Amino acid sequence: MGPGGEGQMSGAWTWLTDPANWSGTGGVWNRLLQHLGYSLLALAIALVIALPLGALIGHTGRLTGLVSGVANALRALPSLGLLILLALWGLHTFKGDIALLGPAIAVLVILAVPPILSNTYAGIANVDPAARDAARGMGMTGSQVLLRVELPVALPLIMSGLRSAFLQVVATATIAAVVALGGFGRYVIDGLAQQNYSMMVAGAFLVAVLAVLGDRILAVIGHFVISPGLTGRADRRRKPAATTADLVVARGETADRP
Amino acid sequence: MTMRTGRRRGLFRTAGLLAAGLAAALTISACGGGSSNPLDTSTSAAASGPASGSAAAGGGKIVVGSANFPESALLANIYAAALTKAGLDASTNLNIGSREVYIKAIQDGSIDLVPEYSGVLLQYFDPTATAVSADDVYAALVKAAPQGLVVLEKSAAEDKDAVVVTKATAEANNLTSIADLAPVASTFILGGPSEWETRPTGVPGLKEKYGLTFKEFKALDAGGPLTLNALLSDQVQAGNLFTTDPAIPANDLVVLEDPKNLFAAQNVLPLIRSDANNAQVTEALNAVSAKLDTATLTELLTKVAVDKQDSAQVAQEWVAQNLS
Repeated sequence: MGPGGEGQMSGAWTWLTDPANWSGTGGVWNRLLQHLGYSLLALAIALVIALPLGALIGHTGRLTGLVSGVANALRALPSLGLLILLALWGLHTFKGDIALLGPAIAVLVILAVPPILSNTYAGIANVDPAARDAARGMGMTGSQVLLRVELPVALPLIMSGLRSAFLQVVATATIAAVVALGGFGRYVIDGLAQQNYSMMVAGAFLVAVLAVLGDRILAVIGHFVISPGLTGRADRRRKPAATTADLVVARGETADRP
Repeated sequence: MTMRTGRRRGLFRTAGLLAAGLAAALTISACGGGSSNPLDTSTSAAASGPASGSAAAGGGKIVVGSANFPESALLANIYAAALTKAGLDASTNLNIGSREVYIKAIQDGSIDLVPEYSGVLLQYFDPTATAVSADDVYAALVKAAPQGLVVLEKSAAEDKDAVVVTKATAEANNLTSIADLAPVASTFILGGPSEWETRPTGVPGLKEKYGLTFKEFKALDAGGPLTLNALLSDQVQAGNLFTTDPAIPANDLVVLEDPKNLFAAQNVLPLIRSDANNAQVTEALNAVSAKLDTATLTELLTKVAVDKQDSAQVAQEWVAQNLS
């Protein structure tokens, strides 16, 4: 409780290792479920909006202004201010949980849409034209080109957009506690109000751990869903039989060097 | 690479959130009846320096100051209107700031009179004070007031923390006082600001003085829209609002009585410089206090805060109708 940061760090450790703080409505497990619930719900909604939209814009080359203009403008919206604005409107319009949960999820969706949208668009727009032409030449229809060639090739960028969105959403879901919702933000907000700085630090630590762990899990998922042909892993696995040209490619250098 | 910048952004955001949370909490602690905010640096009165026109006993101009929230400004307008009606020369200097600022202003003579709340003012003058009932607090406050300042008669109007339930909840469970919650507390969720969970005048006090253990405590806000929403939508069955909140009559809420004085008395009363006070001033202000009760103050505050009427106008109308 003293002014020294050291005391709060050890206090946070004491707080985290007390089993009483892990059970019940205000316990870590319940707050984890709430925090993940808000984050994943927002991410799912953002995916449903941004993935098809980004894919269509990238595939057709139309409405590209939507990505550079609208999506980037959304990034500039301050989440806390927007949440309070929407919550005041929500309280005026609805009763009960939806009055606050709706605004909180909306704010997180707005945060998650731009990275997913712009990465999906960029990934698809930057697919090698030769690959696209080859697919057409093989007789694929527009949607087949999108689903079988463009999306798989764009997947590394899409996954990185998703990871970026996940990090921002998990970190920002903390502010749901400002409007009386749950999640790890409760520890930060309540800790401040009750001058229980150990709990506050513990809450911030939990958010950080959740963000990093989630990011690693998404990285592992990406490892398996992204085509080996794009990452160079296939080449490395074939190493014994590799030609010199293959090894050069695997090192990430261009094969057509003199 | 995207991953690395993404993570850094996440960390920055967490740090930013801490700062934002801090700012939000400070704002929250700054409003609500009679709370003081030591970080409030608005010094409009202090900056104006010692006033040249400090009222001399028996007739100079009386400057009525107020704290920086609507209820205090309204009360200052009422005092000014009452003094004017009594034929005295009164003016106002409103929304000065927190208690730390306007008490300095009244001590240096920048203002002569300010509306106050007995409990918090006593705590300000004497942090060790333990009185809780209206009469005890007032008696202690009269003694604790520093040289040169006096408090006049207290009114029945109080702006303080209260445990509030909906009319339906009150009728279904026969509730008129906090003590009546005893048989139902274990099934009720209590809502209030985060600090209520640990503050002596919150969850611990309710347990100690009334033996109440609620099913759960839900952190909301300090008597604001979150608490109101939670009460009206039955997310909490009992909540913390302030007694003069216009939302209480507007939503037919029931303020539970506090027979054991968990919440110290906060009667509205005038704090005045001794050298600005005289029999005529005392008589005019005591007449206000005699007429003012919590329901009246709530009604007048509703006109200002909800109907957006002019505070000075509301004050003048009330004074014209109620003071002879």
